[in-house]
Amino acid sequence: MPHRTVYEAKIEFLQILDEDGNLDKKLAKDTLSVDDVIHLYEQMRICRELDEIAFKLQRSGRMGTYPQNKGQEANAVGSGLAMKKGTDWLVPSYRENAALFMHGLPMHYILTYWMGDERGSKIPEGVNITPLSVPIGTHMLHAAGIAWAAKVRGEKDKAVITYFGDGATSEGDFHGAMNFASTMQVPCIFYCQNNQWAISVPREQQMNSRTVAQKALAYDMPTIQVDGNDIFAVYKAVSDARKRAIEGGGPSFIEAVTYRLADHTTADDARRYRDQNEVDAWLDKDPLIRTRKYLESQNAWDDTKQQELEDRAKRIVKEVVDAAISIEAPTTDEFFDDMYKTLDPSLVRQRDTMRTSSLGQNPEQAGLKANPAGASR
Amino acid sequence: MAEQTLVGAINQALDQALASDPDVILLGEDVGLNGGVFRVTDGLQAKHGKDRVVDTPLDESGIMGTAIGLAIAGMKSIPEIQFEGFMGPAYDQLVNHAARMRTRTRSAVTVPMTVRVPVGGGIHAPELHSDSPEAIYAHSPGLKVLMPSTPYDAKGLLTAAINDPDPVLFFEPKRVYRTFKEEVPEETYEIEIGKGKIVSDGDDLTVVTWGASVFQALEAIDNLPEDVSVELIDLRSIYPFDMDIIAESVNKTGRCVVVHEAPLTCGMGAEIAARVMEECFLSLEAPVQRVTGFDTIMPYYKLENEYLPEAPRIKKGIEECLAY
Repeated sequence: MPHRTVYEAKIEFLQILDEDGNLDKKLAKDTLSVDDVIHLYEQMRICRELDEIAFKLQRSGRMGTYPQNKGQEANAVGSGLAMKKGTDWLVPSYRENAALFMHGLPMHYILTYWMGDERGSKIPEGVNITPLSVPIGTHMLHAAGIAWAAKVRGEKDKAVITYFGDGATSEGDFHGAMNFASTMQVPCIFYCQNNQWAISVPREQQMNSRTVAQKALAYDMPTIQVDGNDIFAVYKAVSDARKRAIEGGGPSFIEAVTYRLADHTTADDARRYRDQNEVDAWLDKDPLIRTRKYLESQNAWDDTKQQELEDRAKRIVKEVVDAAISIEAPTTDEFFDDMYKTLDPSLVRQRDTMRTSSLGQNPEQAGLKANPAGASR
Repeated sequence: MAEQTLVGAINQALDQALASDPDVILLGEDVGLNGGVFRVTDGLQAKHGKDRVVDTPLDESGIMGTAIGLAIAGMKSIPEIQFEGFMGPAYDQLVNHAARMRTRTRSAVTVPMTVRVPVGGGIHAPELHSDSPEAIYAHSPGLKVLMPSTPYDAKGLLTAAINDPDPVLFFEPKRVYRTFKEEVPEETYEIEIGKGKIVSDGDDLTVVTWGASVFQALEAIDNLPEDVSVELIDLRSIYPFDMDIIAESVNKTGRCVVVHEAPLTCGMGAEIAARVMEECFLSLEAPVQRVTGFDTIMPYYKLENEYLPEAPRIKKGIEECLAY
């Protein structure tokens, strides 16, 4: 019969740790041990502390615009643990700080970056991450390319994860990256932090798709929707995707349903466009609250441990802030010196004469030298 | 030593790069089985395999973006954008990502990528197949921009580009892809990026040009009276460019004509004229003259030769500059 169904699909949703801290033991099998959960909880709490202090740094004029990660930390730590440090690549947007720290980025680099200093993106040797990506939806192609290199080189234990928001899936490069990764069958994990808002535009206005996850169906890519505030679900989804990737199964897509509890950035005021009742409802789903509840239910956590952790977080973040603030001021040479591996003489002239010549050219050159007015500038 | 066309010389440079370094990878639309729409990559997939000479999806931004990723991971990616008019979708990836990666990471993350792009008019192609956008990219810090005009220079500059640790945009003037052959050494060699060359010596006036316009300028010079002596410079590198060779020549001749296919306003001719003012002011006998495309959309091919700086218009420019 000529009229028949040629394609059918479904999208599954995964939650293992619910909003009240109850764990589905069957689904949690072979995922996180209690020690793992303690570790991730600590990472989330430290990152939350950094986030709150970063906000204060901006408000007190000691740092520029900063995008808070608040509310989305489970995505970062769950995926960060599932990816293999030192082998895999992380290709981030800018709300995955904790994952970057877990993979070796010194914490003060994040503050240095948002303080307007490129040295915050000077990724240390051996740390496989690309710098934060401020333009939306353009970096996933780089992830596809990095994963492609792993495939061409036969690096069989290497996978790449790239993070982006719901708004980024409207960009053409998102679809280009999905298509390239799928066509080339490269070991790349596309991790969408669907935090419901792209600055002021809600997800429903961003797309007519009922889920973000279904966008992957167009590329025949394994896809799942998970509770992004549930470290178990995040860890399991990313672990499964990574396993598939390194076994030659190609790319995967994960839509993590989460929420941006803070403003888009410190330059934003979300009260202009979203209902406080919505925010309040999501405050109850905070990943830190449910993870703590779970640990308490396992008799693995109490108020004393909480106090110790909070003190430790404050100590760590104070050191991080001190490191970021006390960094030596950059010199003007720095914005010339890394333009190319080797600078062309014209660029060297501009660098060396920027303070002595209005032209940024060599005042000794023939024409200017013969003209006293020109030479004196 | 065999004679090669521009196409043949580029093919040979790519072949040798693929053979000598397993990290070299070619990617683009139709570059594999079909050998590219101009056959520049002809035979390379058959020789080096489908994993190294890759037919990609039809997505210029995707080609550029994944080539950046490949390069970040340490490969030497050589993407082809099929025509310069299709650079638009790839512009963001090239200018906002490839060009900035080194400086924004203080050299921790780099993009050793060579982007090959056929360029320019004169082959009766459809619209958006004939433009000369080199000044746009010369104005984009972090890139190097090349446009050789001869087979020998093309092989040496392409090899230098592939070995360069930074992103290089390699424009191939399609009008001269197959117009002539010249001796090209079999062995690998490099021509230094940023160096122009004197095509013909002269004392009365300097013509600075690049790409297919080199041959239009040669024709114009041939048609001048025998007692007029013109020095012709093929710039070869658009950024960085060889101001020393221009200044030395203009300080000798006192007159300068810049020729390019690209539009007049804010073209490379404007930059060269400004630099000549700075470095040769007291030597100048006449204002720097520009013979270029117009500030119009490149016309469809019925009128393309009216738009392009062809030999008669270049000759007129030279005469005007000499008569000043």
